[in-house]
Amino acid sequence: MSFLSLTSLKKSFGPVQVVHDFNMDIEKGEFVSFLGPSGCGKTTVLRMIAGFETPTSGKIVINGRDQNSLKPNQRNIGMVFQAYALFPNMNVQDNVAFGLKVAGVDKSEIEARVKQMLGLIKLEHLADRFPYQLSGGQQQRVALARAIAVKPQVLLLDEPLSALDAKIRVSLREEIRQIQQQLGITTVFVTHDQEEALSISDRIVVMNAGRADQIGTPFEIYNTPSTRFVASFVGTLNIIEGKVTDPASGSVTIGNQQVALKDPIAGMKGGDSISLALRPEAGSIAEGAKGDTALAGEVVSTSFLGSVIRTRLRVGGDVISFDMFNNPGVTPPVSGDNVTLRFAAKDLLVIRE
Amino acid sequence: MKKIWAWGALLFSLLYFTLPLIGMTNFSLKMRRGEYSFDAYGKVFTDPRFQETFTYSVMQALFTIVFGVLLVVPTAYWVRLKLPRLRPVIEFITLLPLVIPAIVIVFGYIRLYNTSSWLPLTGTVTGTNILLMFGYATLALPYMYRAVDTGLRTIDVATLTEAAQSLGAGWATILAKIILPNVLVAVLSGAFLTFAIVIGEFTMAALLNRPAFGPYMQLLGANRAYEPAALAVIAFGITWGCLGLIQLVSRFQKSAPPKA
Repeated sequence: MSFLSLTSLKKSFGPVQVVHDFNMDIEKGEFVSFLGPSGCGKTTVLRMIAGFETPTSGKIVINGRDQNSLKPNQRNIGMVFQAYALFPNMNVQDNVAFGLKVAGVDKSEIEARVKQMLGLIKLEHLADRFPYQLSGGQQQRVALARAIAVKPQVLLLDEPLSALDAKIRVSLREEIRQIQQQLGITTVFVTHDQEEALSISDRIVVMNAGRADQIGTPFEIYNTPSTRFVASFVGTLNIIEGKVTDPASGSVTIGNQQVALKDPIAGMKGGDSISLALRPEAGSIAEGAKGDTALAGEVVSTSFLGSVIRTRLRVGGDVISFDMFNNPGVTPPVSGDNVTLRFAAKDLLVIRE
Repeated sequence: MKKIWAWGALLFSLLYFTLPLIGMTNFSLKMRRGEYSFDAYGKVFTDPRFQETFTYSVMQALFTIVFGVLLVVPTAYWVRLKLPRLRPVIEFITLLPLVIPAIVIVFGYIRLYNTSSWLPLTGTVTGTNILLMFGYATLALPYMYRAVDTGLRTIDVATLTEAAQSLGAGWATILAKIILPNVLVAVLSGAFLTFAIVIGEFTMAALLNRPAFGPYMQLLGANRAYEPAALAVIAFGITWGCLGLIQLVSRFQKSAPPKA
């Protein structure tokens, strides 16, 4: 049995249903990210787990115990907020100790635990500072220490890195992951940043309009997106429209060119429209490039991005992008050039709506 | 040219406000013929009725402040947290004491809580004292509510509440340990205003026949020459002292953690 189980979770605000039949099982010690655009319902699910929102229907079970009837302060769930939410009237030490004091833990134990937590976030030297005397990154680390000091069953992170600058985000997300693994806390992380989700999660739930479009490992989500939304939201995937020629052999017509997919196309017949996805990094126009599949096209534009050169190519009725590493010895193509893009048939994915 | 007008206006205002005060203070010091003295102040301070009425009003003010804080802080907090749509309604209600004269309120109280009513508060001294304290709290409500509400606006009430809840805190702990300390400066501002209002209030105390400082000032003013001027200076000093304390705690706020 899973540690955190969400079953048929639904939530409506008045006539607007924001979460539709959400199901998910999370194992103990797992790090799961809810990824999706604003308004997709990811924070609402998180807030239902925390007890701040009451599900319209459905069940939340943690460690075999039904949580629906419990108040937020009875759930033993640690939460880190986007706005830090440190108590302004308390210094770092008192913020971290707050949950332990509320729980009636012995003074000596509180001192030891606070010291341990501050050591974990490497802020022992700032124990007497007030929140307004700390940087955003430091405040969020204190918020993390405060949330885990009470040894919560589940740690919820509601876009904790969104208010921080790019450099701090990267270092703090690595720190969060390291602490999570060290303590083995079951963690749910909400973000709209795909890079964040891909880099630190055991599994990702890609949410769209209140539904989980796909649940999988970062590798699965990135490489084998199951819906058009997942394909477009995670990474910069090219969508190529074609027509099925022979479903049994996986043959598809793109513009006036024929390509063969790796597998037969299930559930479609000849003449049906089909959407195919190709990652920008999956193809190459270099001479001698490997790949059992090829598409000819005309270069629309070339962008120099430093280590990478991004070329936009017109293939059939679509314009697709692909990336190649910058090589000073090779001249990039220019607009109007006719080139052949080579890639492996397995990289051409069928996208369902 | 503009500067001259500005300085002129300032000078005129200063004279307009300070001349009567200077005149009154000057008069209060002239009890002894031909020389300045604090005789009038001495008489006032040694008058047992002054001590009795001043102590009574100070105690009333302290109880009013405690009651006001207990009433207003949870109400303003709850409205901000759970009933934000009701804020205009609550604000309107809290402003009513400014437009309804104190005499109307106190007659309403007397009709509602007289000895033949279902809650005969005016039947006993303690009951009347409690009723007067409620009346003072009503008069101070616009100031107390506004001060607390402004204080709550400077903190992220919802997120701080949720953070405390996720750490196991109940409502009482959240109010006592998180909300109140973070709006303390605002509460103190409201408290000093309440203090100033209660010390000088006449109508309610006189009509409820309680030995408060306001009716004492009126009584003295009707029967003496120099003492009322001295008393007015003392009352003025108390009010300005309260305003000074508000300024002081506001400065204190700047060095304290401002918000989440």
